[in-house]
Amino acid sequence: MSARLRKAALPYLLLLPGLGWLLLFFAVPLVIMFLESLKTGTIDTGFTLTWEFSNYTDALSDYREQFLRSFEYAGLATLIALLIGYPLAYVIAFRGGRYRNALLLLVIVPFFVTYLIRTLSWETILSDSGLVVNTLQTIGIVADDGRLLDTTVSVVAGITYNYLPFMVLPLYANLERIDGRMLEAGYDLYGRRRDVFLRVTLPLSMPGVVAGTLLTFIPAAGDFINAELLGTPRQFMIGNVIQSRYLEVADYPTAAALSFLLMAFMLIIVLIWARIAGTEALLGTEGERR
Amino acid sequence: MTLRRRGLDWLLNAYAGLALIYLLVPIAIIIVFSFNNPRGRFNFIWQEFSFEAWKDPFGVPGIGDALRNSLEIAVLSTIGATVLGTLTALALVRYEFRGRAPINFFIFIPLATPEVVLGAALLSNFLNLGTPQLGFSTILIAHVMFNLSFVVITVRSRLIGFDRSLEEAAQDLGATPWETFRLVTLPLIMPGVVSAALLAFALSIDDFVITYFNNGSTITFPLFIWGAARVAIPPQIYVIATMIFLFTVAMMILTVWQQRRAEKLASVRPDEPDLAPPGPVGEPAPA
Repeated sequence: MSARLRKAALPYLLLLPGLGWLLLFFAVPLVIMFLESLKTGTIDTGFTLTWEFSNYTDALSDYREQFLRSFEYAGLATLIALLIGYPLAYVIAFRGGRYRNALLLLVIVPFFVTYLIRTLSWETILSDSGLVVNTLQTIGIVADDGRLLDTTVSVVAGITYNYLPFMVLPLYANLERIDGRMLEAGYDLYGRRRDVFLRVTLPLSMPGVVAGTLLTFIPAAGDFINAELLGTPRQFMIGNVIQSRYLEVADYPTAAALSFLLMAFMLIIVLIWARIAGTEALLGTEGERR
Repeated sequence: MTLRRRGLDWLLNAYAGLALIYLLVPIAIIIVFSFNNPRGRFNFIWQEFSFEAWKDPFGVPGIGDALRNSLEIAVLSTIGATVLGTLTALALVRYEFRGRAPINFFIFIPLATPEVVLGAALLSNFLNLGTPQLGFSTILIAHVMFNLSFVVITVRSRLIGFDRSLEEAAQDLGATPWETFRLVTLPLIMPGVVSAALLAFALSIDDFVITYFNNGSTITFPLFIWGAARVAIPPQIYVIATMIFLFTVAMMILTVWQQRRAEKLASVRPDEPDLAPPGPVGEPAPA
């Protein structure tokens, strides 16, 4: 091989193992799952490929409720996480001073504990005779025989908590990069604080908001752990259905169709956001050579 | 500064403080409840302080094996994903070639895919091909897969601010491409590689969903908890979670310290003499 040819081939050689792995264990499985979603049959008789596209319409009409609930819960959790996360990221970025990194470390501390245990911890916090329920009962927000566990509240609370750091980190990364001189310019032009925030800081932080909401919404909509541990079948989301169709009922075609529908909805949402934010902010490829 | 403005400032800081407390309380509860001596099968209600569970953290049958599986898979998948991901990131940032934009997008897709879908697709794959047998090896394959994109993105962000003239200098001084890589490139991107590896390890040891779909009969620590959550939750689970927590905190502190030292060393470059006297220990470098 000539030196020049070798140089041209080098990037492809570097890419080969990583891309190969993703092709083999991400792209090919998606194709196989797509074929699976078009099959008919049962686990006993075996499944045959009959290009049964009605699997999709059936899945959608059978589990419409769970789909809607997933997006409702994920949307709620994302909104609450934004309301909690934005001021937190703002304070760390603009007022953290030399404690910034330490404060940021505190934000990711929940990640150091296994996801399932964090969720079990919420089971403890919201349990029927726990402090939170007792307090809320005393001030009359929760009825005396009312409970928080196994309700929409507990599931959304669990989801919000588990994905909150995904909201705070991109928001912080974005706010921290805002040039302080822009804010000063706003004040020099006699902008009041609210004006400077609404017309300078907030617009400049939009890429962070978009990244944070996406990173929260996507895993939240596919989640099934919170609904399983903190809820009942009445709070089950689409993830619970996919999980049980695959692993308990062995109804692979329906489960595969549901997975594809979920992924399609997610891609649509990502693409809409990408149009708003610009793909570069999304893919993190701003600084590459071109 | 008006009084009203100061009041607003105070309110905002208090709000952020409450948000931090909200993040930390569940973790504190886990640590506290690892010292509980629960009656009954579930560790949800505080009874009394006890060292029982700490004296024998592996006393619950199966918990030790589960933890060992988790650690082995985390170490192996971290090595695999870090090597493959670093090579991919190098290719994507350092070279211009056809198809770079779609490849960037392709690597991003797994991150935008819900975990259930990743797990379900892999399971479809293994079931249809009938190989390899579901178990340790399929979990490992899955973990390398979902960690790869994270590694690529982490290393890439480090490579973007990279000073290429250092490599050119090495080549001018007669270094072969391999020597340049080993002696110049690799040490410079090492902080990025280390953060990527730490991230991969944390994601792997914590993963439940994708593992749950592809585990066969192999049990990892999160799967053990899942099984326990329906039957009985011994405080030992909280003890091991606390141990993992303390270990991770120690690793984080160690890495931050090590990176700061490395950055201090790297900042001593002959063409930029550090004439300014060392200022107060101010803004820590972004980790």
